[in-house]
Amino acid sequence: MARVRVEYFAVLRERAGCREEELDTQAGSARALFAELEARHGFPRLPSLQVAINEEFRDWDSPVSDGDTIVFIPPVAGG
Amino acid sequence: MPAQFTLSRARLDPAALGCLLADDSCGALVAFEGRVRNHNEGRPVVRLEYEGYEALAVKEGTKVVNEALARFRIEHAGCVHRLGPLALGEVAVWAGVSAHHRDEAFAACRYIIDEVKARVPIWKKEFYADGDSGWVNCNIR
Repeated sequence: MARVRVEYFAVLRERAGCREEELDTQAGSARALFAELEARHGFPRLPSLQVAINEEFRDWDSPVSDGDTIVFIPPVAGG
Repeated sequence: MPAQFTLSRARLDPAALGCLLADDSCGALVAFEGRVRNHNEGRPVVRLEYEGYEALAVKEGTKVVNEALARFRIEHAGCVHRLGPLALGEVAVWAGVSAHHRDEAFAACRYIIDEVKARVPIWKKEFYADGDSGWVNCNIR
């Protein structure tokens, strides 16, 4: 069991109804954590999604550990 | 320039930003201004809001500017992106490069703006004339 902080931005922030939450998870990877949260918050299907752990882009198979800050990154649209 | 990629909640001043690139060895200064357009994909747009994952946006944006400095024969480069609400016509993003010669300055400036748009975690919400709104590139209307 890991206690993690998840921060939400843009469309995911709006769907989650909060900017961040702390939660305990048994998810073995970032992918599994997203699946857990997707089911809970009813996130929309997005054309692409990336994940960052502790302010670094990471791949979806990366483990999530106690104390991590995780951010799911919807398609970017700067400029 | 001191910081190569920054985020700003205040209006950008392109003339002042250009001054940060000044160098007597440079015969070329190329700057790009991305401005808020009054339409997108056929829909009238009345205003925008940008949101960023600030810590990672600064990290990734700085990486892009450093890549440009390494790949092209340029002397100085920088980029600033706005966050928060923006009105039509406002400068949403500024990218600038100075170099001894223009070819490299144009290419590097193009590289910076293209990579920033593709990689930096910033999101744009458009507000349309009909009262609707939507996150660009998310296709979930």
